[in-house]
Amino acid sequence: MGTVAVQGLCKSFGKVRALDGVTLDVPDGAFFVVLGPSGAGKTTTLRAIAGLDKLDAGSVHLDGRDATADAPAVRDLAMVFQNYALYPRHTAYENIASPLRARRRPAGEIAAAVERMSGLLHIERLLHRRPAQLSGGEMQRVALARALVRSPRAFLMDEPLTNLDLKLRVEMRTELTRIHRSLGATFVYVTNDQVEALSMADQVAVLREGTVQQVGTPTEVYERPANQWVAGFVGSPPISLLACHAEGDRLVGEAGWTLPRPRWATAADGQALRLGLRAEDLSVEQRGDASLPGELYGLEPLGDRTVVDVRVGTEILKVKARPTVTGTPGERLRVTVDLDRAHLFDAGTGLSLSAAGR
Amino acid sequence: MAVSVDEAVSAGPAPDHPSPARRVRRRGRGRSVLEVVLLTALAVVMLFPVLWMIETSIKENRDVYAVPAEFFGFTVTLDHFRDVFVGADGGRSALSVAFLNSVVVAGVSTVLATVLGVPAAWAYSRFTLKAKKDQLFFVLSTRFMPPVVVVVPIFLMYRQAGLIDTKLGLILIYAAFNVPFTIWMMKGFVDEVPAEYEDAAMLDGYSRLQAFWKFTLPLLVPGIAATAVFALIFSWNEFVFAIFLTSSDEVRTAPPAIAGLIGGTTVDWGLVAAASVVFALPVLVFAYLVRRHLVAGVTLGAVRR
Ligand SMILES: Nc1ncnc2c1ncn2[C@@H]1O[C@H](COP(=O)(O)OP(=O)(O)O)[C@@H](O)[C@H]1O
Ligand SMILES: [Mg+2]
Repeated sequence: MGTVAVQGLCKSFGKVRALDGVTLDVPDGAFFVVLGPSGAGKTTTLRAIAGLDKLDAGSVHLDGRDATADAPAVRDLAMVFQNYALYPRHTAYENIASPLRARRRPAGEIAAAVERMSGLLHIERLLHRRPAQLSGGEMQRVALARALVRSPRAFLMDEPLTNLDLKLRVEMRTELTRIHRSLGATFVYVTNDQVEALSMADQVAVLREGTVQQVGTPTEVYERPANQWVAGFVGSPPISLLACHAEGDRLVGEAGWTLPRPRWATAADGQALRLGLRAEDLSVEQRGDASLPGELYGLEPLGDRTVVDVRVGTEILKVKARPTVTGTPGERLRVTVDLDRAHLFDAGTGLSLSAAGR
Repeated sequence: MAVSVDEAVSAGPAPDHPSPARRVRRRGRGRSVLEVVLLTALAVVMLFPVLWMIETSIKENRDVYAVPAEFFGFTVTLDHFRDVFVGADGGRSALSVAFLNSVVVAGVSTVLATVLGVPAAWAYSRFTLKAKKDQLFFVLSTRFMPPVVVVVPIFLMYRQAGLIDTKLGLILIYAAFNVPFTIWMMKGFVDEVPAEYEDAAMLDGYSRLQAFWKFTLPLLVPGIAATAVFALIFSWNEFVFAIFLTSSDEVRTAPPAIAGLIGGTTVDWGLVAAASVVFALPVLVFAYLVRRHLVAGVTLGAVRR
């Protein structure tokens, strides 16, 4: 068993409200990702689950039992810290063995467990070294091993891959997913990298300024963002947002364009809206009749594709195109829109109008 | 001499202000004339009393009073040093008892201040406390007053408490004076050690105190050593409280005991000087240790991160 449930977490540091009513429900065995920009309160959330900080309000339930007042040691959790927090005077071996030594496991069991973990993470050769003699990637592996050496109720991971270079990060992503599958344990994984979230998670909670914006599967969060902010944060290149309003059966842009109004768009006529369009739902090739007039603003070749920036009025649309696309800035063109995959947001509240209708 | 100073100055800024790299290279080979002159003058002024003290301690008493003073060629004797430790009756001298008292009082009060101050510094560094800054300022403010200001009220309190003329009394007052210093100095060292080591230890399964004891404390050892040496030197040198709060030979520490040698009809300057040399030696050793540990303490954070 390994469920983690937090309810209404509130935590302020002076005037900063780090957590403002965070509620999360992590099912047993899930790879649960908390996604948010820097300063969103992700670390504070993990520390609250671990019991490292005193909360202003809220409760933490572990396996259904109220653990809000429990000391970290008895919560039976393991954590990988953002900067690893390896004990500087101890060797990698002693670092990894620490959770077992603290729990007074027999020496034979400790040696076997450390050996198994170091094999799994390919750090056998590093065991006698101290943290200062390890590279960032090696420290990260040792920190992971220290967490994984035990079978706790759940693993808490605070941006464990953020400090690694890109190649290593991609490798470790796969490796962590593999480890999660083989252990079948609960992971609460914090990251500011939406690619990590989308590729690794069973469930994603999107956090912003101490409040949960949306909880759902990666697909749900990507395809049906609950609000304009989530839509903008998740996805690369970021979603393009165009100011517009509904008029009868048409959507009329502030820049003067019109598009057929999608059936599911329930907005009142004249209500200020934002039309959200993802790069892959736009095309610079003539394909359908729903299209926007614009002019070429810039090209961003990315190897496997090219992102075309198209200026529509004063706004920029990011359009995904073949890598072979060419053009000169200022050139007039039309952008075809896949309206079935478009998003509409209330310009005032930022809430999605499309999620309910589909 | 004035000419050489002028020359050094008029040589212009270029040779006088070499680049850091050049300065390092030059260090072994010698210094500019100005540096040598100034350092020599300073050394003479600073070291002359010390040299005089050492000379007096190994001169026979008749040579001490010789006019003009003899710097060389006098008869060297170690009698004064013997007299520091051995009494006229062949037993232990009053001075040796005083030195022992100093060791006990300074040592125990330093241990006490460290044992109380280090956990307090840890708490001030790690926990959110109400009015923490005000508390810390209050702690520091107890050091603003010179001891002589509070010695009368403390004398009265001690008389009521039966602590007058006891080693315990001195130990307590020195510890009380050293705890604020220990808290302030140690808080700096604790702040340097990331709190996350303790967080990680608590998740490993240790209690908060175990986490402190096993993971943070070992990293604080250089800081504790430096702080303790400072406390030790304060207690060792302290004079005002010692002279007001103690009177008997069995309790008195070295500073009032040495001062007590002066003031009779005849003063045995050789003995005074020898006692002073013995008294100064530990401070020299401690000061040397402080220097080393302070460097270690300052670089502690930089090396680890
Ligand atoms: N110990 C602290 N003291 C003061 N402010 C803090 C502390 N920890 C976090 N904060 C503030 O709380 C907010 C959330 O921080 P954090 O949980 O670390 O964000 P994240 O991990 O998502 O980057 C930030 O504004 C941060 O500055
Ligand atoms: Mg963080």
